[in-house]
Amino acid sequence: MIDLGPHALYIVSSYLGVTLVVALLIIWVRHGARKQHARLSELEARGIHRRSGVSASE
Amino acid sequence: MNNTQTIPTHPRKPNWFSRLANPGVFMGWSRHWIRPLALLTIVTFAIGLWYALFNSPADYQMGETVRIMYVHVPNAWLSQMVYGIMAVAAVGSLVWRHPLADVAMKSAAPLGAAFTALALFTGSLWGRPTWGTFWEWDGRMTSTLVLFLMYIGLVALWNTFADHARGARIIAIFTLVGAINIPIIKFSVDWWNTLHQPSIVTARGLTMPASIATPLLVMMLAFTLLFFTLHFIAMRTEILRRRANTLERQHVLATAAANKQQAASDD
Repeated sequence: MIDLGPHALYIVSSYLGVTLVVALLIIWVRHGARKQHARLSELEARGIHRRSGVSASE
Repeated sequence: MNNTQTIPTHPRKPNWFSRLANPGVFMGWSRHWIRPLALLTIVTFAIGLWYALFNSPADYQMGETVRIMYVHVPNAWLSQMVYGIMAVAAVGSLVWRHPLADVAMKSAAPLGAAFTALALFTGSLWGRPTWGTFWEWDGRMTSTLVLFLMYIGLVALWNTFADHARGARIIAIFTLVGAINIPIIKFSVDWWNTLHQPSIVTARGLTMPASIATPLLVMMLAFTLLFFTLHFIAMRTEILRRRANTLERQHVLATAAANKQQAASDD
């Protein structure tokens, strides 16, 4: 590992903060996508379809 | 003299842009883009981080803290680029009333807010060892904070409208009014005295040696790819959300009509 010098705390904190927020953003976006897919699957399972007959998830 | 004219009775074939931007067509082609984009993002981040942390020199003035620049500048770039995309989408929403423009605008706002928050966070962490302070109310930092507040306001505004079509037009106007802040952020370092360093991107190119410019450019590319990957997924999610809302609404209306008919026949 490289020696980050006397300001290592600032450098490490900035990379950790960015990693944390990007990870949360990815989780949030993926969770949103899964939630809507599940919602549409549940609707289709109840027999509620689009008029075109094409799956709403397509 | 025969003066008859023919009136075309077939609807005109939509042009390539209309076809590409149709929500249904977008769902079709965007599905094939997400995985390659995500893979490219991971590879670019791996290369960028290797350069940023292990294969780039310390700056002769800032020392090792220059490594904060490799995460700060990409987030600052995205904070403005995302707003630019939202402003273009706002024009598409207002002029052509395009549903995909509304979707693009709505799904970009929370991403832009997150990247702007990161630009402010990493900027203050870079400012402390470089300038001796986490924060200064100067043009660049204040206008970036205003940008963050605008993103938060737009996200909140989207959540207040049940009718997305009506909300989109109002939010598009707000978005376009707010776009005035983007040139202010960009030129603030030239217009006012500031602790912030001048723009690193000038008409003559990047004002830094290749050993520092390389990790910076790779990291900027990685963050840009990350944004497009997340934006594609968020747009697809928003389209699915609208479809689910429509199906639920249609189901409620159909059930109500059936119940009414049943009640009428019982009487």
